[in-house]
Amino acid sequence: MEEENVKKIMHIVRRAPHGTIYTYEGLEMVLIMASYDQDVSMTFLGDGLYSLVKDQDTSEIEIKGFMKTLGVLEDYDVEKIYVDKESMEERGLTSEDFFIPVEVFTSAELGKMMAEQDVIVPQ
Amino acid sequence: MLHTINKSPFQSDSLSTCLRCVQGGEPILLIEDAVYAAANRGKFAEQVQGQMASNPIYALSGDLKARGVSSLIDGVTVIDYEGFVELVEQHQVNSWL
Repeated sequence: MEEENVKKIMHIVRRAPHGTIYTYEGLEMVLIMASYDQDVSMTFLGDGLYSLVKDQDTSEIEIKGFMKTLGVLEDYDVEKIYVDKESMEERGLTSEDFFIPVEVFTSAELGKMMAEQDVIVPQ
Repeated sequence: MLHTINKSPFQSDSLSTCLRCVQGGEPILLIEDAVYAAANRGKFAEQVQGQMASNPIYALSGDLKARGVSSLIDGVTVIDYEGFVELVEQHQVNSWL
């Protein structure tokens, strides 16, 4: 694909995982965009961080969960997984709590990366 | 980047999260229930006022009127839909939903 057709697209996940379908639907969109070889990143802010927490077992609430989907992002070349440091601290979370590797940035650093995107997709 | 917020700051962390991430000079537009953040009283007024040192803050006229929000923080620019469109023409948009 020619370089000029590649857009920088950042998905921003701000909601806790299973209370709404935003993160489920948003992940579908991430995978579709990634399959078109776009420069896709995901930024987790606020309660969105809870989507990344280890050992989620959704069997008793009878929904499929998305740990498996998040786990295969790397296979779709979605390797830019960013987490907001302030949101981690507010929730008492550390990188050890997450089941996929993430890069931790301050809100100001994330804001700078947001400003460099062609498109921001809120989830 | 134009940052739009549509939730009341009392209901959602959209405003506070946006204010943490926003870069100097980027405009912030308050629409729908977020216009309560433009009121010159309440616990968010001081923070919004302070933010105006680095970012222009706009609020949508129809949404202010619909909610009877008339005493605004000094410096908030009230715009109509035409002004909204102009901002969108000039910037990429980051919607804090």
